[in-house]
Amino acid sequence: MKLLEMNHVKKSFDGNVVLKNISLSVEEGEVVSIIGPSGSGKSTLLRCATLLETMDDGDLYYLNEAAAVSEGGRSVYASGSKLKTIERQFGLVFQNFNLFPHYSVLKNITDAPIHVQKREKKEVIEEARVLLEKMGLSDRADYYPCQLSGGQQQRVSIARALAMNPKILFFDEPTSALDPELTGEILKVITDLAKEKMTMVIVTHEMNFAKEVSDRMIFMDKGVIVEETTPEELFASTNQRTREFLGKYHILNG
Amino acid sequence: MNLQVMMQQLAGGMLTTVQIFVLTLLFSLPLGLCISFGRMSGNIVLRGFAKLYISIMRGTPLMLQLLVVYFGPYYIFGIGITSAYRAYAVVIAFAINYAAYFAEIYRGGIESMPKGQYEAAKVLGYTKTQTFFKIIFPQVIKRILPSVTNEVITLVKDTSLAFSIAYAEMFTTAKAIAASQKSMVPFIAAAIFYYVFNFIVAALMEFWEKKMSYYS
Ligand SMILES: Nc1ncnc2c1ncn2[C@@H]1O[C@H](COP(=O)(O)OP(=O)(O)OP(=O)(O)O)[C@@H](O)[C@H]1O
Ligand SMILES: [Mg+2]
Repeated sequence: MKLLEMNHVKKSFDGNVVLKNISLSVEEGEVVSIIGPSGSGKSTLLRCATLLETMDDGDLYYLNEAAAVSEGGRSVYASGSKLKTIERQFGLVFQNFNLFPHYSVLKNITDAPIHVQKREKKEVIEEARVLLEKMGLSDRADYYPCQLSGGQQQRVSIARALAMNPKILFFDEPTSALDPELTGEILKVITDLAKEKMTMVIVTHEMNFAKEVSDRMIFMDKGVIVEETTPEELFASTNQRTREFLGKYHILNG
Repeated sequence: MNLQVMMQQLAGGMLTTVQIFVLTLLFSLPLGLCISFGRMSGNIVLRGFAKLYISIMRGTPLMLQLLVVYFGPYYIFGIGITSAYRAYAVVIAFAINYAAYFAEIYRGGIESMPKGQYEAAKVLGYTKTQTFFKIIFPQVIKRILPSVTNEVITLVKDTSLAFSIAYAEMFTTAKAIAASQKSMVPFIAAAIFYYVFNFIVAALMEFWEKKMSYYS
């Protein structure tokens, strides 16, 4: 089943065209990673998908429910209440975590399920403890974000997103704000999620990780999708722009 | 007049001063928040109005504002001023004046909040109201507490301006007694009172700031 479908997305910021006709769809259980040079529009694409940014033109569907459809050359968004239900389908992990600093780790994870999804408090807390255990943070439930390392904070933010039971999880450079020695722990968590068939869309500069974890890779440059294929094929690409970009990471095949 | 009677009268003034102080905060803090919303509103009329309000309140003397609030109803509308109105006038004038200062403090705090907090809340499905009251405002309070402390301490001393409409708070009372008894004692008592009052207020605010320092 198609969880996400974006068609012909266009977006510009005061005349500066950032996304030029981008289409992307993601099947249930798929892991898709998006790579590309800085400024190519990766974050903007993710922000359009997560409704943090409004598209100028194009369609956006989650599980065949329209969040926005293109009409007469511009995106027309669904009503606020419709969008609220659609928002429940996805989660987003930010580059700089964006944890709530005044909430403990446990409250960061449980507050939205309790007060947004109106789920039962006891059940939510139990689930949160399981998630914390999975993230290797069982002993940090009562800490505050400022008392944790960057890697631990990012794991909390992943747990916070997972606690909402999203169908699809987006990551925008989840390791870019971390010291190199802390990246590994986050990549391992994401790899584990992939093994559990969590549907994910990951913007990353970690080429080896992307290669390992992805079913499909997308190379974006200057607001367009240059190539979209399996990791093996992408790293063996003959496309010049792709080769130029990947060449910087010294990981080209063939 | 013996010392005891003098102290009793001063005590009445003290109580009135504390009342002005508490009531002013009670009204000006929420009012200031509303004005800061107006000041940050997308509606240009509302924003312009809030801006003008703040600039007038901060740009003219509080004592003058107090006189306008007190005498205004009579001079403008011919409504007789009752003695009970004196107390209302003090609280009204102080509250609308301090609200302007608090509005700017709130605004500074709210605008200093990183965009990421709003975005994280939005992706988690919080409503705008939830986002503001659960996520943003508690953090804003922590950020603005030092500025609020400054204002609150200024307010302790500003309460003495009620003297200008002869409202019998601490300062007015002290001056009256000093004049009738030809004694410095009431002034010294008043000085000690204001100092101790401020000391307590500052200590409370510091305690609150400490309590909020569990996160950074
Ligand atoms: N809110 C905004 N206002 C104006 N311009 C923006 C805004 N957001 C992004 N841009 C511009 O859009 C372009 C694409 O930005 P985007 O953040 O999507 O790139 P990216 O591929 O994520 O880059 P990076 O790898 O550096 O994160 C950039 O030129 C950026 O300056
Ligand atoms: Mg980016």
